[in-house]
Amino acid sequence: MGRPLINVPAKVKRGQVFEIKTLISHIMETGFRYTTTGAQIPRDIVTAFSCSYNGEEIFRADLYPAISANPFLTFFTVATESGTLDFKWVGDNGFSETATAKIVVE
Amino acid sequence: MSKNEPGATRRAVLLGGLAGSLAATIRLEPAQATPERMRAAIRNVVGEASIRKGRIELDVPPLVENGNTVALGVTVDSPMTATDYVKAIHVFNEKNPQPNVISVHLGPRAGRAKISTRFRLADSQIVTAIAEMSNGTFWSATADVIVTLAACVEGI
Repeated sequence: MGRPLINVPAKVKRGQVFEIKTLISHIMETGFRYTTTGAQIPRDIVTAFSCSYNGEEIFRADLYPAISANPFLTFFTVATESGTLDFKWVGDNGFSETATAKIVVE
Repeated sequence: MSKNEPGATRRAVLLGGLAGSLAATIRLEPAQATPERMRAAIRNVVGEASIRKGRIELDVPPLVENGNTVALGVTVDSPMTATDYVKAIHVFNEKNPQPNVISVHLGPRAGRAKISTRFRLADSQIVTAIAEMSNGTFWSATADVIVTLAACVEGI
């Protein structure tokens, strides 16, 4: 299972645009590599990521094998209300990981 | 072995060997995205709409030492209001095994149409980013990248 890492500012002003940085540990095996015996290594990647702010989706990404191991993603959002940010990663072989971050809007 | 043996001259043997190694090279070459496949992937997303250059900035280092992790930044020039915002950003490549890199879906709540991630490059190539606006227009930017150590080719 992947270990998520989230970086959001603890406090932001209302209406301020702030950056969210996310990273999850995952091998992101492309499915295009072979072992020394010639066997193809099956694909094992994170295929989708989404982030919701107080239950409403604000960001979604479809990932492909071209994304590096330990997918790192940063994006922005506008501070509206204090609450929680929910992050979700979904991938091959039933991979699913969630994380939450608290945000205080002044 | 007789020197006059028909059908097995040194020339024939050499040619045969050459053809064999050529066939082996072709067979071992992995399936690869080509500029045509990239265009097809872009058409898949864009449909029949025309793509204009501009309004989008693609931030990729011009010279990459390790193709396994390449920093990628995409910024789209948009006010990000409820009526005028960036709906999606798509990134494509020419020469990786697959033409798609990432597709992100934004909305007016993003505040700023700017993302960054890290991706893999199998070869020196052109990377293309396409932004889809809320009014249905598409904008693109391209970047040339030279890769010295390619991703995707090493075995285990």
